[in-house]
Amino acid sequence: MNKILETMNLTSGYGDITIIDNISIYLESSEIVTIIGPNGAGKSTLLKAIFGMLPIFNGDVKFKENSIAGRNPSEIVSLGASFVPQTENIFPSLSITENLEIGGYQRSDNFQEQLDKMFQLFPELAKKSNEKASNLSGGQRQSLALARALMLDPVMLLLDEPSAALSPVMRQFIFEKIKEIAALGVGILMIEQNAEEALRQSDRGYVLAGGKIAFHDTAQAILANPEVGQLFLGIQKEK
Amino acid sequence: MEEILQLVVFGIVIGSIIGLGSMGLTLSYGITKFANFAHGDIMSLAMYIAYFIVVDLGLMGPTVFSLSFGWGMFLAIAVTIILLAIFSIAIDKLIYKKLRRDKSNIVTMAIASLGVGIIIRAVVTMFWGPFARNFVPGIHEAVPITGNILIKPDQIFIIALTIVVTIVMYYLLYHTKLGKAMRATADNPDLAAVSGININNILAYTWAITGALTAVAGIMLGIQAQVYINLGFNLLLPMFAAVILGGIGNPWGALIGGFVVAISSEVSTAWIATGYKPAVPFVILIIMLIVRPRGIFGSNI
Ligand SMILES: Nc1ncnc2c1ncn2[C@@H]1O[C@H](COP(=O)(O)OP(=O)(O)OP(=O)(O)O)[C@@H](O)[C@H]1O
Ligand SMILES: [Mg+2]
Repeated sequence: MNKILETMNLTSGYGDITIIDNISIYLESSEIVTIIGPNGAGKSTLLKAIFGMLPIFNGDVKFKENSIAGRNPSEIVSLGASFVPQTENIFPSLSITENLEIGGYQRSDNFQEQLDKMFQLFPELAKKSNEKASNLSGGQRQSLALARALMLDPVMLLLDEPSAALSPVMRQFIFEKIKEIAALGVGILMIEQNAEEALRQSDRGYVLAGGKIAFHDTAQAILANPEVGQLFLGIQKEK
Repeated sequence: MEEILQLVVFGIVIGSIIGLGSMGLTLSYGITKFANFAHGDIMSLAMYIAYFIVVDLGLMGPTVFSLSFGWGMFLAIAVTIILLAIFSIAIDKLIYKKLRRDKSNIVTMAIASLGVGIIIRAVVTMFWGPFARNFVPGIHEAVPITGNILIKPDQIFIIALTIVVTIVMYYLLYHTKLGKAMRATADNPDLAAVSGININNILAYTWAITGALTAVAGIMLGIQAQVYINLGFNLLLPMFAAVILGGIGNPWGALIGGFVVAISSEVSTAWIATGYKPAVPFVILIIMLIVRPRGIFGSNI
């Protein structure tokens, strides 16, 4: 077992309001783990707390065996983690290349190579490299958001609803890219509303409801579980 | 026609001063989200620091080119840029930062910065008294551009310096890592932090650059008009008008806004009494707020 991320009884929220309570989850390298759960369950809050964007009320977060609780995002980035937020995950007034330059802000060498790699991974972006990011379509935006987060060669990637608001074809494309990235050895923890589709790409899954982990199993087992299927996957499908 | 052209020339000179001042104001707002009402008074402070160097310390030296001042003024500009950069960072760390961290409302922040402005005015008055002074006393000859349209060499200097500073700012914001990080922070501070940018460093650099711009604008104002403590504060409203006109947070918009405000104020005196001139920026501000509150050029840097 090679846990790159582990939260232990993590409790966090906004101001002094507790939103997520006593969360213990883990992630191994090369693994894709999906968190599903209803709207407002605290999924985004969990990722923000892990990434140093919210105060930790209780518990601990370990990244590569070291506690990162209380560290700010730029320190966590320097340790090898990346985060793609649910919304506003690109810089619309910057060009595509500039977005990637900001993603590689802490990089001191081989910037051009990494940029070329990203343009190979997402050829659509290469064609528009000098355009403002605000000109991009939904799928291209999501691609840029992923590429920005990969500029520092992270070992862990947190993704908050990477397929949200995308067409089925684009969703397929993004999930394929996520698999490619994981195959390179990157551990991926993602939140998804398209639960069934996401779980099919994943190794394991957590169900988060009311700020607590309600269920945890392999992705296959969750997909096969009639109870979870009815409660969470079915609900998602109806929407 | 010549009268109007003369007023336009004059407006370009004043517009350079208001434009550079507004650039600093809008940049610090765009990136730190703090509307600094002490901005005008810091411009006045710049004049007095320069006055201290060239007059009180006697470092002006003989006049150069056809300007009214000597090399000492260039030294004064350089020193004031450094001092105000440090001063601006210090004020932010001592006062504004705490207010931002406590998520104080905008009125609290406005009053706090007004307070800083009042303190600056009081301290300057304590040392230099309430009377207007000049870097160099006497009348400076204007030279003709064409026909009867005149400009003073000092005014050519002001326009040239504005062009230089604008080019430097453009290079900084679009071709340096720091500038790109500043634009990213203005665009989306949370994502900038998540990308590994240390936001506190960016804020400090932003205040330093704002301080430097304020130093240049303030000294230009002292050269063009007089060294007088209320001049900076009196420009605060025209500067806010320019900032809003250009789209809050957009430095190029603010620069152009500065020219629009200044040229229309000056040209208005061809038809209305000079006493009403200060009302022109007000009118522009109110019309803009009603018609196009996001400015002509939008808020992006
Ligand atoms: N900035 C905030 N300040 C205060 N409360 C917030 C904030 N953001 C979210 N919340 C609250 O925290 C709770 C969990 O929100 P969160 O965004 O983590 O849910 P989520 O599971 O990601 O939902 P969704 O599927 O809609 O993205 C909600 O009740 C929400 O109202
Ligand atoms: Mg969410």
